[in-house]
Amino acid sequence: MMEAVLTVHRLHKKIKGRTIIEEVSFDVREGEIFGFLGPNGSGKTTTIRMLVGLVKPTSGEVRISGHDVAKHPEQALRHVGCIVENPEVYTYLTGWDNLAFSARMLDDVAEERIREVARIVQLDDRIQHKVKTYSLGMRQRLGIAQALLGRPKLLILDEPTNGLDPKGIKELREFVRRLAAGGLSVLISSHLLSEIQLLCDRVAIISEGRVIAEGSVEELVEKAGSYVLWQLDRPDVGRELLEASGQVKFVTEVEHRLDEAVLASLPGAIVTSMPKELVAPMIDLLVQQNVGVRAALPIAPTLEELFLGMTEGERHA
Amino acid sequence: MHKLLPLIQNETLKIWKKRRFYVIIAILLALIPIFTYAELKVAQNNADKFTDWRSQVLQRMTDIENTLSSDRIPEEWKRSRRVLLGQLQYYLDHDVDPSAPNAVTFTRGFLSNSVTLFIPLLILALGSDLISGERTSGTIKLLLTRPVRRWKVLLSKLCALVLYVSLTVVVTALLCYGISGLVFGYEGWGLPIFTGFRMTRDTIDSSQAHAVPQWQYMLMMAGLVWYSALVVAVLALMVSVLIRSTAASMLTMMATVIAGTILSNMSSSWTSAKYLFAVNLNLTGYLDGSPPPIDGMSLSFSLVVLAIWGIVGLIVAFGVFTKQDILN
Repeated sequence: MMEAVLTVHRLHKKIKGRTIIEEVSFDVREGEIFGFLGPNGSGKTTTIRMLVGLVKPTSGEVRISGHDVAKHPEQALRHVGCIVENPEVYTYLTGWDNLAFSARMLDDVAEERIREVARIVQLDDRIQHKVKTYSLGMRQRLGIAQALLGRPKLLILDEPTNGLDPKGIKELREFVRRLAAGGLSVLISSHLLSEIQLLCDRVAIISEGRVIAEGSVEELVEKAGSYVLWQLDRPDVGRELLEASGQVKFVTEVEHRLDEAVLASLPGAIVTSMPKELVAPMIDLLVQQNVGVRAALPIAPTLEELFLGMTEGERHA
Repeated sequence: MHKLLPLIQNETLKIWKKRRFYVIIAILLALIPIFTYAELKVAQNNADKFTDWRSQVLQRMTDIENTLSSDRIPEEWKRSRRVLLGQLQYYLDHDVDPSAPNAVTFTRGFLSNSVTLFIPLLILALGSDLISGERTSGTIKLLLTRPVRRWKVLLSKLCALVLYVSLTVVVTALLCYGISGLVFGYEGWGLPIFTGFRMTRDTIDSSQAHAVPQWQYMLMMAGLVWYSALVVAVLALMVSVLIRSTAASMLTMMATVIAGTILSNMSSSWTSAKYLFAVNLNLTGYLDGSPPPIDGMSLSFSLVVLAIWGIVGLIVAFGVFTKQDILN
């Protein structure tokens, strides 16, 4: 078992008599990318703010490398680099001045390290320019450089893809993977489920201030059913054949939570839920019966479906 | 102390790079020549009216000597007359026209007129956004997620602020001296200035009055200006902790300072107003013997009232800043 870099234990937060965060507990282990997932307003950002000492928990504790954030912020926060919401930097300073500024708030960060992080985030050619002139992506990278300056054990990125273009998102993803490969633990929060799924080893899902699931991404995905989409020449006949097998369940449009973009690319597709090993024999059967198979597409569930399933379950309970 | 110095360096650098101080210097560079010109006009008027200042001074001295020889004048009165006589004698001996302006006199006048409003406004431009500005831009998160305790963050800001307040007072005095000296000449350090008056609402007790050289008077005055500017700065820092918006926190402090000057100009029968900080800002008034705005106020009274306001401001600022949740 790998050591936990971040331990969150029974965190509560009440603001003006209203409970915002209730019983939130999770661990982030060494070298893993941990996803913190929840819709806007679920208490995600408040939780992250408690992790880094911006908000004081009503009860419960946050430990980073064994140090309590509320009691010993100097020891605990030494091991954390973070970007909470937007990459906040001083726009009237140059990139270099911003990094030097952060370096002075840490212990023994040499000038060489500033050059190094600037190189890591590929800002070295613009580092002497004012941040005012930077694009959002560059500010993001400067924010990350700042977070990495003190060689943290844990990097916390709150909604890091907000406002980035697809290319920027892809670069960020690769960058985070590279950092994690180097032994850094990364906690990423997002309301975009695909983002977490693409990047994270483990995930905690938060809704209305509570963690409703925690586990590896595969584990959680297995809990949600997968779908197979069929696009057939003669849908009526095909439907009958599929039904005759007895193991195929048809899923109506109301029930499934597929991305509309997927359905749009397969007009008239029949959405089914069935064992994966049955797909090949079914194709054989359909072809034998002269039903042209244009597409048979297994679709893994997205975390969104998972999430909706879980929150709905909660609501019914 | 551990890490405090680099933090102060950070805060000082930020205020500098925000170019607020440049603005202050620009304002001074624009205003001082205007006042210098006005002063020059006044001096020219006087010169037209009184052609020979020596005979005027001699006339006054004879008058005073006459009163000194009289038995009906109480001894305390005579003492202050003798001081005045000495001052007039100095003018004659050193061949200085007492009504002719010089750079030091101009600086003294400028400082003493700017202590209640102008200097506080400059200070507010520096201090009002120290915390609220970081909250508006979100960089407060950058400051408070580092391995540094919050009180150290605020203390470093306070130190930087004190530094800039001192710099503002010094730069104001230097620019006054430098610019007005071009017109009036850089003399006047040794001129004797009357001080030591004790004032009540109706009477001025001049029994303790004595003359000090103008340079010494200037130092005392600059010290008092610095002191009241410092209290304004501390309160601005407190307000910027309490109020999230920079504009609102600047406005609050400005309104308070201006209300103070208005209150002190109304010959107020509301005596408890003397405990308000803004009414006590005019510390230099005690030096030159102008009557206090409200009965019962004295230099030591004002110093203590301002000190209490400053200390309470610091307690509130640190108390709130170290505890508050940063939610947006």
